[in-house]
Amino acid sequence: MKPGFDEMHDPSGAVREHYGGYDRWLHEQPPQVMQTRRDEAEVIFRRVGITFAVYGAKDDGGTNGGTERLIPFDLIPRVIPAHEWREMERGLRQRVTALNRFIHDVYHGQEILKAGVVPADQVLGNAQYRAEMQGVAVAGDIYSHIAGIDIVRAANPDGSGSYYVLEDNLRVPSGVSYMLENRKMMMRLFPELFGRHRVAPVAHYPDLLLETLRSVAPAAVNDPTVVVLTPGMYNSAYFEHAFLAQQMGIELVEGQDLYVRDNFVYMRTTQGPKRVDVIYRRVDDDFLDPRAFRADSTLGCAGLLAAYRAGNVTLANAIGTGVADDKSIYPYVPKMIDFYLGEKPILNNVPTYVCRDPDDLGHVLEHLGELVVKEVHGAGGYGMLVGPAATADEIERFRGALQADPSRYIAQPTLALSTCPTFVESGIAPRHIDLRPFVLSGKTVQMVPGGLTRVALKEGSLVVNSSQGGGTKDTWILEA
Amino acid sequence: MLSRTADHLFWMARYMERAENTARMLDVNYQMSLLPQSEEAAERGWRGLLSINEISGDFARRYREVSPRTVIEYMVNDAANGSSIRSCLMAARENARAVRGTLTTEVWETQNQTWLEFQRMIDGDAFQRSPGEAFEWVKFRSHLSRGVTVGTMLQDEAFHFLRIGSFLERADNTARLLDVKFHSVAPDSFGSAPGAIGARMRGSLPPSSMVQSQGDGVQVQGQEGGGKDVEFDFYHWSAVLRSVSGFEVYRKVYRNVIRPERVAELLILRRDMPRSLAACMHEVVSNLQRVANEQSKDTLRLAGRLDADLQYGRIDEILATGLHAYLTQFLERVNALGAGVSRDFLVPVAP
Repeated sequence: MKPGFDEMHDPSGAVREHYGGYDRWLHEQPPQVMQTRRDEAEVIFRRVGITFAVYGAKDDGGTNGGTERLIPFDLIPRVIPAHEWREMERGLRQRVTALNRFIHDVYHGQEILKAGVVPADQVLGNAQYRAEMQGVAVAGDIYSHIAGIDIVRAANPDGSGSYYVLEDNLRVPSGVSYMLENRKMMMRLFPELFGRHRVAPVAHYPDLLLETLRSVAPAAVNDPTVVVLTPGMYNSAYFEHAFLAQQMGIELVEGQDLYVRDNFVYMRTTQGPKRVDVIYRRVDDDFLDPRAFRADSTLGCAGLLAAYRAGNVTLANAIGTGVADDKSIYPYVPKMIDFYLGEKPILNNVPTYVCRDPDDLGHVLEHLGELVVKEVHGAGGYGMLVGPAATADEIERFRGALQADPSRYIAQPTLALSTCPTFVESGIAPRHIDLRPFVLSGKTVQMVPGGLTRVALKEGSLVVNSSQGGGTKDTWILEA
Repeated sequence: MLSRTADHLFWMARYMERAENTARMLDVNYQMSLLPQSEEAAERGWRGLLSINEISGDFARRYREVSPRTVIEYMVNDAANGSSIRSCLMAARENARAVRGTLTTEVWETQNQTWLEFQRMIDGDAFQRSPGEAFEWVKFRSHLSRGVTVGTMLQDEAFHFLRIGSFLERADNTARLLDVKFHSVAPDSFGSAPGAIGARMRGSLPPSSMVQSQGDGVQVQGQEGGGKDVEFDFYHWSAVLRSVSGFEVYRKVYRNVIRPERVAELLILRRDMPRSLAACMHEVVSNLQRVANEQSKDTLRLAGRLDADLQYGRIDEILATGLHAYLTQFLERVNALGAGVSRDFLVPVAP
């Protein structure tokens, strides 16, 4: 494996400039301080109830609050110099704009397919393509109002690092509440650190979100009623749904609270029905409307699709955005940017082998031990082969699967994800990290500086997902 | 406000109030059990507690004997008992979690913290090792919950539904407590209709000769029957008062010896006594008026009449018709009121 990139130390072991202040502070601290603060943080997170539910986890008898778990929070911030962020922000703006153009295009003129830039069958035959959305006008032509773009940094041969987009999340990306709570926690635990650094604030995210949601209300509505739609309190991201609704001061509704009459959506209130204009929905497409999609869904609202198609309600994100964040579409994003914006991509894509292409497949089969193979519809780090870390058995199993159904897979070189010092059992040690900035698209494209840094707490692990032992860190965009 | 949200708020408050009342009754029984008394009398106390909650049958099916240990286990930590403190605190917390965005941070954290600490106390066997202290803890968590609600929440619908839940539940609990405590001492004079509660109690009741009537009032026989009974009366009625934090209040209001009819008056008709039926109904009415909607007229009338009956009622009249019958009817009316609140506000109207 190539030598890694450490966010805090350069290859010679010296502390990078933007970590200088933190390093000095750390050296002034008595040895016990990190452990004490971590215990303190855990108590506070439990009391505040910042937890997530684990899929399929057995109830442990209630002593740990049932199936509610804490996402491990690491005390050492991930620091990004402001000039790097400005570049990244430009790239994010460009990428998400192109992706929104793409989604609009594939449900309308399909220019990009006609031009042969993206293979038509890849799009139209994709399970995430929603024919119901063809020709439907959505407010502002925006589809992915809230996008979470996963970014990693990997080492170059010369020891420098480059950012790559690993994945676009255009459906219902989560994690922003942890970004906000992590900052609150850090300011509470280490106020003196913030006195010594110029850390860009993030607390105005809910404001930007509300502004974004209001800006995409149906045109006829003056003062739109915006709600958050949650699958309910047993959903893994329930804390976030409740948190965002509270921060924005809007209702948190479940499917059972809504109904549709004459193609308008209403919620049932103590004072009778009330019209709903914008739904920030945290329910997947499949469950949104039992009349249109999965008939057994109790999480949605019957007739919602019809109301939506009639233009009487805005869904954020729109139905059918999954067609653009599918792993099989990912390799084409740089071309989209060129096609729609006539610009050179600012953010790198990870070089990707598309296994449905026979040449690429051949290469992948020859180099399985070096590559990461991903199932195109997989999510959350499941259905994935990390070649260098896999056993011979696992490699052979994937070889069989690849040969049987190549179009289900893509492959990428194993990126040496950058590491960041992390406070673990054995003390402070490097662990792999990624970054998920949240990009808001309404009348304008906006974001708060930074995002959610996730960290793989297991030594050597590259999987940062919270469902598989990942933790989070506060992310600092630091003005020099 | 969403109907579902109002429903969660209503039940969150009810469950918290119920946890407090369960703790109060357990505490009084526990304190009584520390006094010199016959084993039979002690057991009677614990049985009475079960009958207040109409769960004697369930208890008998699952536990062999009535002892402080089993009753405390059943009433504190038994997840299968819907009235146990565990069940109540968990339900209060789950309801709060479902609407945490509607609550202030302080209210939610109080509710969540109570549940987390309760689990730690159970792990440390606190309720068996030092029951008095543990019951006191439950009471204070409830005080805190109420205080933080009043002290931090906007007085909008959410607040009113919380208050309606609290006071309906408290009215129900105070009425049940009165019914059982009077019935166990003076079944005849305080009303002859035994009802479901009395039926289960009969086996362990003291001989009815202990009680006699005098004029339109009521007196417990002990006053002429000897020192032992006077002593018993004092401790019995002062325990009832203490369980509703009413002992000092009684002294302040009456400046007189403790007599059952005054206890009844205090806990039924005195609007300035915060746990009395009159005080509870007054709160229910004023909060209901604030949230009234197009369909709630009947429910408001029901509440208003109950309130008026208490406001203009007299204790001698109530006792003349029989306390048990009176309380049974009161509980039915409170029940109907709860159903009305549900129907008018909490259960979503069909589209």
